[in-house]
Amino acid sequence: MAWKRFASHKAALVCSAILGFLVLAIVLSPLTARYGVNESVKAPPNSYLPPSKLAWLGTDDIGRDLYSRLIYGTRVSLLIGLFSAFISVFVGCVVGAVAGFRGGRFDDVIMRVTDLFLAFPFLVALLVVRNMFGSIEWLTFIVGEVSSLRFIIFLLSFFGWMGVARIVRGQVLALKEREFIEAARASGASRSYIIKRHLIPNSIGPIMVALTFSVVGAISGEATLSFFGYGPQPGAGATSLGLLVGQAKGAVQTGFWWIALFPCLVLVVISLCINFIGDALRDATDPRMDAGK
Amino acid sequence: MFRFALRRSAWAIPTLLLVTFLVYIALRMGTDPLASYMRSNPRATRSKIAQYKELNGLGSNYVTGYFSWLKNFVTFNWPKSIKGSREVWPELKDAIANSARLGIAATTVGVFIGLTIGIFAALRPGGKRDVAVNTAAFVGISIPPYISAILLQLLFAVYWSKWFGNTLFPTSGVYPPGQDGFDLVLMIKHMALPTVVVAIQIIAVYSRYMRSSLLDVLNSDYMRTARSKGLSEFRILMRHGVRNALIPVITIAALDIGAIVGGLIITENIFDYPGTGKYFLSAFGNGDFPLLMPLMVIIVASVLLFNLLADVSYAILDPRIRLD
Repeated sequence: MAWKRFASHKAALVCSAILGFLVLAIVLSPLTARYGVNESVKAPPNSYLPPSKLAWLGTDDIGRDLYSRLIYGTRVSLLIGLFSAFISVFVGCVVGAVAGFRGGRFDDVIMRVTDLFLAFPFLVALLVVRNMFGSIEWLTFIVGEVSSLRFIIFLLSFFGWMGVARIVRGQVLALKEREFIEAARASGASRSYIIKRHLIPNSIGPIMVALTFSVVGAISGEATLSFFGYGPQPGAGATSLGLLVGQAKGAVQTGFWWIALFPCLVLVVISLCINFIGDALRDATDPRMDAGK
Repeated sequence: MFRFALRRSAWAIPTLLLVTFLVYIALRMGTDPLASYMRSNPRATRSKIAQYKELNGLGSNYVTGYFSWLKNFVTFNWPKSIKGSREVWPELKDAIANSARLGIAATTVGVFIGLTIGIFAALRPGGKRDVAVNTAAFVGISIPPYISAILLQLLFAVYWSKWFGNTLFPTSGVYPPGQDGFDLVLMIKHMALPTVVVAIQIIAVYSRYMRSSLLDVLNSDYMRTARSKGLSEFRILMRHGVRNALIPVITIAALDIGAIVGGLIITENIFDYPGTGKYFLSAFGNGDFPLLMPLMVIIVASVLLFNLLADVSYAILDPRIRLD
């Protein structure tokens, strides 16, 4: 039923296809990338070559193929997006379900904290917390230095779970008054059993939607950090979508449009596709939606 | 009503203290104010360092340090910036004024266009216009401000002058270098592109809010009553539809202040616009604790203030909400 409704959403189908194609290109990067991540397309002079047969999307300041680097960069960014989305959703589900189910003081405190963080300008909070975490030694021992991928994933998950927790809490608040939960409680099911077996499975639709939006949030969070020079340094010339978009800043002075256009385009296409898919998922899993609306 | 507002504002003060305390700890740990001071002023005398520590509340204990910082802050005995030892308030004041100008311009343009588009989309749900608005809103949401900013800069800074031989919209600052005094035309020209970048986000968000809110209202019973009274369609839409649909939108608008400030920060940096965003990032890069703390206090205070406004305005606008 839900799948049928999802499939009737044309834009979402197109977006899934585009996204699938992109993921395939990334997974098969040994085949699809034409050059190594640090490889120059030819002997100098090779910097800032416009798009041509040699380099489909042109070359960057030191003569590397932008197309190949986009594939490597997108791989890193998607990895960050997926990992931190999964962590965010997991933590968000647990916290949201417990807060919604138990209510009381715990619920109040958690929701106040989430409200505050969600209302705060994202970049400011991200940078301040990043530096604070970076100065805690035992933490950087576990999740790596500030410029490592693991640290970025940790940081983005730290901010990501709040939105999810809110959604799950809302679901749980609506569900917990229903008869089947009462029945489960009456037959002696423990709190954690009810959460695991009844509340989470029944909220799976909104959770999936939250997952898609978390992926977009994490990818654009990484890109924002990288754009301002506080992102991951994958090392050894490796790159990320955010770093590539950050290089676009220089293109405004030099006028090499391909440096700016293509990384921006890839980032926009990815977030647009995931947003559309999330929207279609919401329509498909929301039982109150009728086909006309 | 009044009591509700009063009780809510009474809560805001301890929250403000608590949050600024947390920010104080985060900044002290994250920027290491003492090390940044030594880096910028390597030959500072011992008494200068002691004075700097005293004014900023950088004692070894976080709690007493916070309170000594707070005392200096509320008595307006603010420390000078680490870099260049400048007065903080004049700089902060200018930055806030510039940001407010940009923010108000962008919000006005964005909210007006967004609401209008949203109303048009809601009139025929599922129609061609609705689909177009929905798709456009999605594209708008999916374009981060730094991307639209870069692409606009590229277009206007590089290609416009190449194609047409003049600069229509300059891409940095508030005035061209060397400009003295106030000039409205130049200012508007400089603000045009940053305004567009921030407004795109606002339009995308508000058209969707307005659409869904108005759709809910249009399906309600009192709309049918209004129609059966024989009121004109326009009057029904404006007096009964849009006015009621605005209630949730206004509430969300007040909560959205953080997102708008966030968009401003990014946009200002790209357009080299001297607002709070540039102020924040340059101060943050230098680890300039004396510059950062007042800004953070103002951000936290405005977030809390607008949260309060959201609650109160909701209660005022919607007569169905009863407050004890």
